[in-house]
Amino acid sequence: MICARSLSFAAGKRKLVDGIDLDLVPGQFIAVVGPNGAGKSTLLRLLTGELKPTSGQVLIGNRELSSFSADQLARRRAVLAQHTALAFPFTALEVVLLGMTVPGLQAEVGNARQVAFTMLERLGLEQLAGQSYTTLSGGERQRVHMARALCQLECSGTPPDETILLVDEPTSSLDIGHQLIVLDELVRQKRRGRSVFAVLHDLNLAAAYADEMVLLAGGKIVAAGPPSEVIQDERLSLAFGCQVCTNRLPAGGIPFLLPQACAAAEVCAVARKSAATYS
Amino acid sequence: MAIESLSLPHAASASSDRHALGWRLLIAGGLVLVLAALVSLSVGPTGLTLSDLPRALLAAYSGSGAPADVHARLVLLEVRLPRTILAAFVGASLAVAGAMMQGLFRNPLADPGLIGVSSGAALAAVATIALGSSFAGPWVRALGIWALPAAAFFGGFVTTIVLMLIARRHGTTAISTLLLAGIALGAIAGALTGLLAYVTDDRELRDLTLWSMGSLAGASWQKVLAITPFALVLLLMTPRLIRALNGLLLGEAEAFYLGIEVESAKLRIVTLTAAAVGAAVAVAGTIGFVGIVVPHLVRLIAGPDHRIVLPASALLGAVLVVVADVAARMIVAPAELPIGIIMAVIGAPVFLHLVIRRGGALSAP
Repeated sequence: MICARSLSFAAGKRKLVDGIDLDLVPGQFIAVVGPNGAGKSTLLRLLTGELKPTSGQVLIGNRELSSFSADQLARRRAVLAQHTALAFPFTALEVVLLGMTVPGLQAEVGNARQVAFTMLERLGLEQLAGQSYTTLSGGERQRVHMARALCQLECSGTPPDETILLVDEPTSSLDIGHQLIVLDELVRQKRRGRSVFAVLHDLNLAAAYADEMVLLAGGKIVAAGPPSEVIQDERLSLAFGCQVCTNRLPAGGIPFLLPQACAAAEVCAVARKSAATYS
Repeated sequence: MAIESLSLPHAASASSDRHALGWRLLIAGGLVLVLAALVSLSVGPTGLTLSDLPRALLAAYSGSGAPADVHARLVLLEVRLPRTILAAFVGASLAVAGAMMQGLFRNPLADPGLIGVSSGAALAAVATIALGSSFAGPWVRALGIWALPAAAFFGGFVTTIVLMLIARRHGTTAISTLLLAGIALGAIAGALTGLLAYVTDDRELRDLTLWSMGSLAGASWQKVLAITPFALVLLLMTPRLIRALNGLLLGEAEAFYLGIEVESAKLRIVTLTAAAVGAAVAVAGTIGFVGIVVPHLVRLIAGPDHRIVLPASALLGAVLVVVADVAARMIVAPAELPIGIIMAVIGAPVFLHLVIRRGGALSAP
């Protein structure tokens, strides 16, 4: 559905994304993990078309991303950005309805409100639909934007298996209950055929929900594959610069890990090794 | 998607109430505008009122030469009517320009008068008059009555582009930078305008109050004709920017995700804003605060959706300037106050209220 071929992006002399190859197929949920500054968000922004690659290309259904107009892209992919500021007092429902203003969307006015409201309800926001966005908490705002992105695809008229959902840290402001609600929703979208690409910080949630994980460090892919293959102590310790210890949940064998408490000197040693490997 | 059949609960209906309110606001605005226009036609130092209108119309139709008829025709149809039309146009375009600029800069404090765009337009207009008899002559002659609004449009456009270059970094606008840079640009333009007015001996330029505080005293059908193409362009083009303006409220990246070609949308918004401000400045000088008061009021009542904000701002902006112009004519009759003074008295407190309410958030977009 969406592929990256030798994708690179440099800001000044620093290569933020360095020669990445990636394939995301319909009905697949890929989680990208990695330390701060690994290039996760840059990779996502390259895949949205917002950033133009320094070299390499992004293909959507075998067609170069840059050949799509903004309208055409908006009917095929929706994006949840890491930060969205809105200085004007729209209500939560109105923000979601903004997602349905793409030309050529098939929602009729009455139906759009219904779709928007249903989506707010699924993300636990039905009580806040009429509230001013500026009075919402960070986590509530994040879910409102999530609902907006989902509604954009919902009304796009494009078959689900030709659409892509790109989300950048969708759970960063959420409590544990709402994290699960949002990730369940991503899985639901995936099952309907959408391609889901998520930048996640929580390795355990990524391992539990994603079909495939991509571990980035220094702008390069360090490991990619099913969570059970990607999550390995040595590799993660090196990438994140700290000691981790992997366990497996009894049911299904999903890996989960705990950071290991250890002496500061030891952390520094691992971190130095990590920096030397991936800088 | 399988949409469960559900009725929208009360919480969700708040937004739809607001949408309905917006429509009611549009209708009310239209009615009030008609009323304000009738008042504007009725009052003036000559003592003629609306009841003289049939006589004036008849005189114009029959070509009656009776002195009372000619007088009524001149006052009502040649002075007050074009003046009312100009006031309505100036108010509508300044309010719409303010609303668009606030959307573009994502900040409710942006106003063409405050951030120097009007001053830039005035400078270009004054330069056209001052240099019209020398090296800008052929150009001015070629454009005729449209030379002044075209120059003002150009001045406003250049000022806005310079402001964007100064204040925008990485897709966001630092509002403190925007306001300060706007003040500086406005001061430079104001100083150059004053200088031009004094080094040339054109009598029209001596009337500095027109360019610094605004006035509709020189209204004529020729000026109405001069701004007509601008009014048509605004009327036809502005509705096409509603979606882009709504999307841009979320930020440039988000607008792109929603299918908006951001760079071309920004350029169109800047161009239209400059056209609105330029045409208004060319016929009435710089009138401040219309662009901040009116959209603010509309958003308070009907929310920030540009589908309502733009047309409602146009209507209420027209009402505001027509009424302010009536006040300017009546308060010290038979003399006239510059309309800019009236607008400052109304607008400055609203601006202060906005600043105080936003408190320390001035630096946030």
